Amino acid sequence: MFSYIIRKSLYAIPILIGVNVITFLLFFVVNPPDIMARRMLGEKNVTPEAIQKWKSDNGYNLPSFVNTKEAGWAVVTNTIFFQKSMRLFWFDFGRSDRTKVDIGSEIKQRMGPSFLLALPTFIFGIMVEIVMAMLIAYYRGSYLDFWTVLICVIMMSVSMLFYIIGAQYFFGKVLKLFPISGYDTGIYSLKFIMLPVIIGIIGGVGVGIRFYRTLFLEEVSKDYVRTARAKGLSERSVLFRHVLKNAMIPILTDVMMTLPFLFVGSLLMESFFAIPGLGSFTIDAINAQDFAIVRSMVFLGAVLYIIGQLLTDISYTIADPRIRLS
Amino acid sequence: MNDILLDVQNLKTYFKTSEGIAQAVDGISFQIGKGGTFAIVGESGCGKSVTALSIMRLLQRPSGYIAGGKILFGNTDITALHESELRNIRGNKISMIFQEPMTSLNPVLTIGSQITEAILLHQKVTSKEAKQKAIEMLAKVGIPEPEQRFREYPHQMSGGMRQRVMIAIALSCQPALLIADEPTTALDVTIQAQILNLIKGLQNEMHMAVLLITHDLGVVNQTADGVAVMYAGKIVEQADKATLFRTPLHPYTIMLLRSLPGMQKRGQKLEIIKGMVPGATQFPTYCRFSARCPNVMQVCTEFEPPTVNINGHLVSCFLYAGATEEKPYVIGGSSQADSLPASERGAQKLLEVKGLEVHFPIQKGILKRTVGHVKAVDGVDFTVNTGRTVALVGESGCGKTTAGKAILQLVKPTGGSVKFDGTELVGMHRSELRPLRRNFQIIFQDPYSSLNPRMTVGEMIEEGMIVHNIGADREERLGKLDEILRKVGLDPEMRSRYPHEFSGGQRQRIGIARALAVQPEFIVCDEATSALDVSVQAQILNLLKDLQSEFNLAYLFITHNLGVVEYLSDYVLVMYLGRIVERGRTEEVFENTKHPYTKALLEAVPKLDDKSGLKKIFLEGDVPSPVNPPQGCHFHPRCKQAMDVCKAKYPDKMAFSADHSANCHLYLK
Amino acid sequence: MLLNYYMNGFMQTINIHLDAYCVAGNCAVFLLILLIIRFIQSAAHREHYRMAWRQLKVKVLPMISMVILCIYVLLALMDSIAWHDRALNPDGSPSVNVGNYPVFDTNSLTLLDRAFSSLRKNNEKTFSAPFAGEQFTMETIVKANGAKQRITPKLKYPGAHWLGTDKVGSDVLFAALKGVRTALIVGGLTTLIVIPFAIFFGVMAGFFGKWIDDIIQYSYTTLASIPNVLLIVSFMLLMDKGLFQLCIILGVTNWTGLCRFLRGETLKLRELDYVQAAEALGVSRLKIIYRHIVPNLMHIVLIACVLRFSAMVLTEAVLSYIGIGVGSNTGSWGTMINAARLDLTREPVVWWNLLAAFVFMIGLILPANIFGDALRDALDPKLKTR
Repeated sequence: MFSYIIRKSLYAIPILIGVNVITFLLFFVVNPPDIMARRMLGEKNVTPEAIQKWKSDNGYNLPSFVNTKEAGWAVVTNTIFFQKSMRLFWFDFGRSDRTKVDIGSEIKQRMGPSFLLALPTFIFGIMVEIVMAMLIAYYRGSYLDFWTVLICVIMMSVSMLFYIIGAQYFFGKVLKLFPISGYDTGIYSLKFIMLPVIIGIIGGVGVGIRFYRTLFLEEVSKDYVRTARAKGLSERSVLFRHVLKNAMIPILTDVMMTLPFLFVGSLLMESFFAIPGLGSFTIDAINAQDFAIVRSMVFLGAVLYIIGQLLTDISYTIADPRIRLS
Repeated sequence: MNDILLDVQNLKTYFKTSEGIAQAVDGISFQIGKGGTFAIVGESGCGKSVTALSIMRLLQRPSGYIAGGKILFGNTDITALHESELRNIRGNKISMIFQEPMTSLNPVLTIGSQITEAILLHQKVTSKEAKQKAIEMLAKVGIPEPEQRFREYPHQMSGGMRQRVMIAIALSCQPALLIADEPTTALDVTIQAQILNLIKGLQNEMHMAVLLITHDLGVVNQTADGVAVMYAGKIVEQADKATLFRTPLHPYTIMLLRSLPGMQKRGQKLEIIKGMVPGATQFPTYCRFSARCPNVMQVCTEFEPPTVNINGHLVSCFLYAGATEEKPYVIGGSSQADSLPASERGAQKLLEVKGLEVHFPIQKGILKRTVGHVKAVDGVDFTVNTGRTVALVGESGCGKTTAGKAILQLVKPTGGSVKFDGTELVGMHRSELRPLRRNFQIIFQDPYSSLNPRMTVGEMIEEGMIVHNIGADREERLGKLDEILRKVGLDPEMRSRYPHEFSGGQRQRIGIARALAVQPEFIVCDEATSALDVSVQAQILNLLKDLQSEFNLAYLFITHNLGVVEYLSDYVLVMYLGRIVERGRTEEVFENTKHPYTKALLEAVPKLDDKSGLKKIFLEGDVPSPVNPPQGCHFHPRCKQAMDVCKAKYPDKMAFSADHSANCHLYLK
Repeated sequence: MLLNYYMNGFMQTINIHLDAYCVAGNCAVFLLILLIIRFIQSAAHREHYRMAWRQLKVKVLPMISMVILCIYVLLALMDSIAWHDRALNPDGSPSVNVGNYPVFDTNSLTLLDRAFSSLRKNNEKTFSAPFAGEQFTMETIVKANGAKQRITPKLKYPGAHWLGTDKVGSDVLFAALKGVRTALIVGGLTTLIVIPFAIFFGVMAGFFGKWIDDIIQYSYTTLASIPNVLLIVSFMLLMDKGLFQLCIILGVTNWTGLCRFLRGETLKLRELDYVQAAEALGVSRLKIIYRHIVPNLMHIVLIACVLRFSAMVLTEAVLSYIGIGVGSNTGSWGTMINAARLDLTREPVVWWNLLAAFVFMIGLILPANIFGDALRDALDPKLKTR
């Protein structure tokens, strides 16, 4: 088990390097610092001197991979690739290109609101989905089943944009039940996150119920369920004691994969509701074309993805006695 | 009568399908006495499992339903019970065990919790008492170290052990009736013998009745008191066991018994029942067997046959209408059993296998170092001569299939040599091997996974012909293809059809045609008849024999069915944990068995001509894992005659005749 | 002479049309339709698909969905066939240049534009509600007697705008219709990019194993670990906005899931008896892949495509909404929603352009989902899709 985790973690290193190379290609080769400077300075202020100044201010005046002016390790370290890309391995994100804020501390600060919004959405969402899926698995083949599935398909066919705009208009503007957007600290944040949480659940519930329903129905058709019925168990005990436990394995792994991403939050929700989390941070950076932040978020996302995969593998071994990692 | 436990009266179970109503069980009646054993036999699709599920009311809902009749259990009619009342009977008064022990237990719950669940449900006991009872039950069904096993999960046990656990669950509430639906079909013969003995023993101890569902007439002969033969949803014949085997009356029963392969039928053609069981939505309104019956009369295709009771022996057939004597009708087919032409006796060496090894590495740790090997095949030697059949037998997991594939280089051997017609195949490059491949072919066990569902029969058979340039042009090729289809008993018209339109037996014929199309000299038959019903198995065995004598084919017949071996093969190899422990001509090995393992295997096969009932001597335990085979002789932990030397040293080969030899210390001085 | 006359006009048409992305988009539409037809042709011979079709065609909802999808495809097709009109002189006569060759308009019009030309041309001044006869907003007019009055003026084309008009008075229905082609190209072209990649790499990795598998697995794990949205956003910011670029980046970010799935399926298929039988017959490995592996994966690919299609349409809307989608001069439902959101804040509220985008989107995605589900049930009921 231990050696398995070690091996998986080691496997993450080449992947993160690969991620870095891709982002480097995208952000520095396709979009070299000169162009970056032009974008930042705006068309009116572009002079060769201004570009040079911007580059040296922001540390983009170095060679890409090999610095022939330096000696020793600095040949490699004093380069854009090392300074801007490899440093991310130490979680040293550097400073924003435009606002010059320290990205690392900004991320730390903004994780909280993101998490506060994403966690309840996730927990209540998955609860609603599992309960509903169990319910229609119990009444499988009935009209309840048919209509619930159809409603799920309809719900998943509606763009998230409509849910957000519609709910903001209806609950916020017409009924005035919730503030349309904004954020506050501590307990007062509750009234601001209520609406986005509800919308988040509604937006995801269609896909979720349908997926979990297929998982349950697949289990229901297995032989051990027949054994359980032959023992004299009621349909309810069969579902709760036997089917749910088996279906929890794929559900759990699914959950584990999304768990780390609760920290990065949702781009759409946070920007619509003006919640100062990582999602809106990213969106703002995109609108300001602040690539230092975007790069950092890409790296952070990749790290979280790998953590998610690791958690998935570990949760498999915990939930499924058949799998013992060695 | 008072001692009747279960009385099934005119039971009808139907299923709604897209093709119409399937009359899976259509008006059957039988009774089971208290403490008795009643067997229902028949081929697949005849409705025997549905009968069992109907009694438990466990039919697939909403498509399956009981359309008529009564199931009287004591005085209660099960068909009229409400779901909650049913639950009181299920697992408590009537229990059931199933065919597939590997999937019938919940993989994520411990063995213990699955047994106590049933106990707590039906008995007023504390959970502590339930645990005690469960452990007792585990001990009773012969599971070693029950207290430790109580906490384990199903995947940690072998198939035989899991079936024991299933029995423990089923019997934990001392039911009055146990329904065993093909309880041993998925198991090896040696394990089958263990399980059948266990059920019998517990039945006597608990005074419980058993309803045994099986397709194996040998098993019926060993265990049952009364027997019903089912065909296409109806019981065609019903009698007590001795009577049925002594004087079978219905043509179906007679033909079924005759189609079993065995020693006494060597050199003869097996008698076959032509065709196959009709689909459950297409049962005729007249005699359902008439299309396959050798004695079919005009009346059989017009009316449903009456059930005649001749001194308690029930038979549904027009041949016996009005009969009062239990005199079997002479079924026309018996003279058909003409002897086959002996295959050409030119015994040239075709295939020579020496020291064949297939070791799969086991990798562990951070760097995935190889820490050991699964020695699936561990030094196998034998030769196959032209036009002869060599059988490779052994329990599942002994490496026989891997050996067969390694010979054909479908699995890369890690050592040894395979010489085909003098050419060394091991280590040959893929491209060098390709032109040689037409000489040696393979036929698989599973008729469903062996055919590509996206290709027509013609495309599949033609594929090999194209690779090996058989036939000058497409026209000539198609001509040959039609000829081959005819040879394997298929209509050339079927060329453009897809596999899903064919039955299991027909699919197996297509697989044979595919192999035959490249004109091989040697065919590996990997359990080629194991997945088929008895009557279809007989058809395929006859076909293989015909083809052998016509094309002078050599077969390596990999099987666990010793009846087939006796009937078909010239030479036998007995394999245990990757090695061959006994080899010799079939007659010698079967009549003058030397190795204790071979003896145990032969003992465990339930036989038809045996009146003694269950055997006492059989093999204990399971096949050990090939990762860590026992020191010394691999067989010693299960061997009744094991000596000290067996634990220390693997025995050398000891020859008893020119062909016959065994690896056993008993014979080494 | 006459030939020359038309040739010149034709050349001119081509010249103007060599606006690369537009051509790419049109190619995609035609290629997509060609592929669908080709697939139906070959599937018609395959018993397996015919069986699925027999199952499918008796179901009401999927059949209705299919008809709706066909209408959408037809609209997209109409919007992809474009040609230039003769340019007109101010007096209305066709203009000619030196040498009496015809002069053509610089802007081409599609078949859709021409079919709904009344919608396209009948612009109002500003907002008007669906079917309204009068303008939605008040205007101050000065009467003959000099008094000012606030009124809602009569529309130029009362009752003609079924879904109303937007801020600059263009017909909302027409805008929504113009979004159809964008949505279908994003859904279809992306799929076209995804499929060959996913099949090629998935099958290679699964069938050959060893180092090929290692490399391919590494590539898609690396790509999958980069957050999709960020990759798309960065790409779209660095390249220019546009339909074609969007499809490429959506394709690049979306092949990994299907690839991984196909790799797993190939691993299973490789062990099946019929593949072993082909190997025993001496069939070459490429032929085994071509004849035995890929045909047994195609139904999965088909189901994945149909189900992925709707996901792509939804993504396009969100991206266009954020402002990094197809760009402002290509009609898109995302841009419509973006505009509509501001209109919702007006007093009294303007709701019809949001409704139009909503109706058209759900009208495409819901049938696609229903049809995809039914297709899965008919082809492979056990397939797990999310």
